Amino acid sequence: MPSPDLVTASEIQSQPLTLDAISHSYGESLAVDQVTLEVKAGELIALLGPSGCGKSTLLRIVAGFINQTSGRVVIADRIVDSLPPNRREVGIVFQSYALFPHMTVAENIAYGLEARGESKATCRERVSEMLATVRMEGFADRKPRQLSGGQQQRVALARALAVRPRILLLDEPFAALDKNLRLDMQIEIKRLQRQFGLTAILVTHDQDEAMSIADRIAVMSKGRIEQLGSPVDIYDRPETLFVNDFIGSSNRFSGVVEGVEAGVYAVRLASGALWRIASGKPFAPGDRVVATIRPEQMALTDGATPESIPVTLKLSLPIGGELIHDVETSAGEAFKVAASRRPGEPASPMAATHCALAPHARPVLFPQPAA
Amino acid sequence: MSGAATGETAGVEWRLAAPLGITYLAFFAAPLLILLVMSFSVDDNLGGFSLAAWAKFWGDPFYRGVVWDTLRLGLVTVAMTSLFAYPIALLFIASGPGLQRLLLFIVLLPLLTSVVIRTFAWIAILSREGVLNQALLALGLTSAPLNLLQTELGLVIALMQIEMPLMLLPLITVMRQIDPSLSDASRALGGSKWRTFRKVILPLSLPGWIAGATLVFASATTAFISQTVIGGARLVYLPTLIWQQAMVVYNWPFAAVASVSLLVAVLAGVSLFAMLGRFARTTA
Repeated sequence: MPSPDLVTASEIQSQPLTLDAISHSYGESLAVDQVTLEVKAGELIALLGPSGCGKSTLLRIVAGFINQTSGRVVIADRIVDSLPPNRREVGIVFQSYALFPHMTVAENIAYGLEARGESKATCRERVSEMLATVRMEGFADRKPRQLSGGQQQRVALARALAVRPRILLLDEPFAALDKNLRLDMQIEIKRLQRQFGLTAILVTHDQDEAMSIADRIAVMSKGRIEQLGSPVDIYDRPETLFVNDFIGSSNRFSGVVEGVEAGVYAVRLASGALWRIASGKPFAPGDRVVATIRPEQMALTDGATPESIPVTLKLSLPIGGELIHDVETSAGEAFKVAASRRPGEPASPMAATHCALAPHARPVLFPQPAA
Repeated sequence: MSGAATGETAGVEWRLAAPLGITYLAFFAAPLLILLVMSFSVDDNLGGFSLAAWAKFWGDPFYRGVVWDTLRLGLVTVAMTSLFAYPIALLFIASGPGLQRLLLFIVLLPLLTSVVIRTFAWIAILSREGVLNQALLALGLTSAPLNLLQTELGLVIALMQIEMPLMLLPLITVMRQIDPSLSDASRALGGSKWRTFRKVILPLSLPGWIAGATLVFASATTAFISQTVIGGARLVYLPTLIWQQAMVVYNWPFAAVASVSLLVAVLAGVSLFAMLGRFARTTA
């Protein structure tokens, strides 16, 4: 018998997925607003956003559980809008895993194969192949309630992949797992997605999850995609204040543009500091702006420079390998500074009077939002 | 048995249950025992010992027929109620809160009207000159009025409406607890709607169905008013027979035999549903 990896690798043909101007409204409220997204064959895209941003609705539209108000879903150059969920060949892993509680692990995995009218022999063979793929051999006759959360998820994955779906949809698949197990499962899902060459969409509200396994992230808010890009892009070059605030933590400083020179703006902060910030966005001198900076791109010093902000250090928290300093300006603005902690370094507050940009800091400029 | 704490708990529970327990013993278990003794008695004074009543009841094909008719009435009513309850339950779990409230109200409506009024209303609907026959005649679906009163079909129709809440309430309660993503999972795996119902919803709703079927069966087989008013003199079921023997013929030992037989028949039916449920759950 050939090894499962070889069999699956040769059978699978990755398929691209296109969402073309999809809108959906529940009655009066618009849940998804003109979303266009091209997922390349074999790519894993995360739809990341707070609850109610439309990401789950979008997932259910792709699966065929909801018929969108307008727009098209195209899987491998074929418009699938008129197909019911059972004919879309889309695999889904649910947050609750949704294993059939009255069936054994093997029966769960065989469910989709039987629905497709596969022979008993094929089902048996595929079930043992899938059990091996998710490393759950020996659990075939267990009932789902006899399995741990991580094991249930492996079975849910095996069940979804057994029918060789064209697209894999992951609906908050790690939300119910405890923290230590989460990373293991993220690696596992990424491994299987690569091995099966699956085009996949991950819906999540957890940025770490999206950052760790997605090839690209679509940050969603109010039914729209705010920004689409690689995890690094999204983190380093947020295009909107929403993305900036939603991904990672960041400090905000309001200021006024004083001048511009070759795409680098001189921004006078409220504290009096002058920052030089490169930005592709058009600003004019006198514009009120918001400069954001990640905590790890700031540093505490005890000497004043033109770009430093006078602060008092309130609190220092050792969080693993990091020290998070909670500082406050004389105007009462609080913000955070993160620094890697040297082993053995105590967490007690150090003498610091100023806060400056770290050497490679890249603050980002946004127009001041309307109050 | 294992410790003081267990004994303590059991003691508290017993004291709490005592009022109802004593009431049951005095007014349920004791009369039942008297009924059993009565069925082996010579007359209604509980005197003597005789198998005459039992021999007469089970030796006569007419009375055996009555037992069978009663059981069949129960089974047919359970089958028909199930057939109509499942679509309603599926509609219920698929609808929004507003429609759910309306459906629940419609379902509960029969429970809010008196049995006698409901039953007489069915006479107005089912009789030869009744609403149903007039509608069928007007639509040209039948050339002569159908005979529905005093038939098993008419009785089952009336019982179905009356017993529907007993089937629907447990069924809906259980079906609401089924994770909706199980149906989604089945559909996404390529299962048709019918397959999803048969392989996922139906097996998982069985506990609710068993509870409903048990209630409907016990209630339909003992529905004295519906059976006598709609069934009339033509259809005789065990409750009617018991009433006749006890109150008209005044043959109490014989009425006792019929009563004990009814009790056993209903219990047999009920355990049949429980067994069916267990069987279905292990093989589904």
